[in-house]
Amino acid sequence: MTIVELAAAVLMGLGGLFCVVGAVGMLRMPDFYTRMHAASVIETLGAGLVIAGLILLGGLTLESAKLAILALLIFFASPTATHALARAALVRGLEPVLDEDARE
Amino acid sequence: MIYAPVVAALIATLALLLARAFLGPNVFDRALAANAVGTVAMLLLAVIEFYTGRPGFTDLALVYGLLNILGTVAVLKFFRVGDLGEPGEKEEEAA
Amino acid sequence: MRKLSAAVTLFLFWIVLSGYFTPFLLAAGAVSAVAVVAFARRLEVVDPEGHPVHFAGMALRYWPWLAKEIVKSAWEVTLIILHPRLPISPRLVRVRSTQATAVGRVVFANSITLTPGTVTVEAGRGEFLVHALTREGAASLAGGEMDARVTRNENVS
Repeated sequence: MTIVELAAAVLMGLGGLFCVVGAVGMLRMPDFYTRMHAASVIETLGAGLVIAGLILLGGLTLESAKLAILALLIFFASPTATHALARAALVRGLEPVLDEDARE
Repeated sequence: MIYAPVVAALIATLALLLARAFLGPNVFDRALAANAVGTVAMLLLAVIEFYTGRPGFTDLALVYGLLNILGTVAVLKFFRVGDLGEPGEKEEEAA
Repeated sequence: MRKLSAAVTLFLFWIVLSGYFTPFLLAAGAVSAVAVVAFARRLEVVDPEGHPVHFAGMALRYWPWLAKEIVKSAWEVTLIILHPRLPISPRLVRVRSTQATAVGRVVFANSITLTPGTVTVEAGRGEFLVHALTREGAASLAGGEMDARVTRNENVS
């Protein structure tokens, strides 16, 4: 195992770990709005680290370029989808759970 | 073999997300879980390409990602408006 | 100029997706790119909003900082999720946005959402409604550093 493969394995392993953590958060969080934050851990750090590891393994090839486009797609599209979901939920009247000292 | 643990972690993530989609309790939780399932499925496809060494899975992942966005927006619009809308309809009327 | 750069971007995208370098396929890609730009011109979507090429400098100056912020706050959210008592203090806060253009506001709103722990719920003109997972996350956003950085990188050509 070369040093590059080792680094890629570490990156991908961490990425997989963050994905599992995000999914655990999806199950543990008390309401919809807080679950969105757990989901965004999957979509940023989880996805980013796994794809970074794969790009490291792929080297300078077209495959890596495709993976980079995949990462850009996730990073541009997932916040838009999350925002659309949050706005739709608020418009629909879903009340967020707020902390006691959060009243303005 | 460095891919097998990653594939296992991603499949575990999918299982947990599906549990959230199953539990609900409302449509937005399910849509959020479905969106996250789409993202993880893209990652899984990309890893499987390297795992099996068969080319073409990254293209599948790209197409899947594009469809995932469309699917989320369509589901949202359906549940906010009640149908997929008429062409040229103003969004504010329904909201 | 904008049309030319749009066509070149589309052609590069074609090459990455196809991966073949035969003359016929390269020519087909070039024709497709030009045709798409021609159709987009008829739809009037090749404008500063549809193809914001003047934001290219942002990729170098703003994204590294954003990546650092994402890693930092993702780590914080991870610790919260794994904490046995789940120490969250969710709140809705209003955040000022000082961007002049619509694309700048979109970049700022997407940056907020992309950072774990904060989600833009309502994006208005000059003020966003943001749902934050913790008191600290809301406070660091209210500090306005991200807003200032986006505004600074907005008009660099």
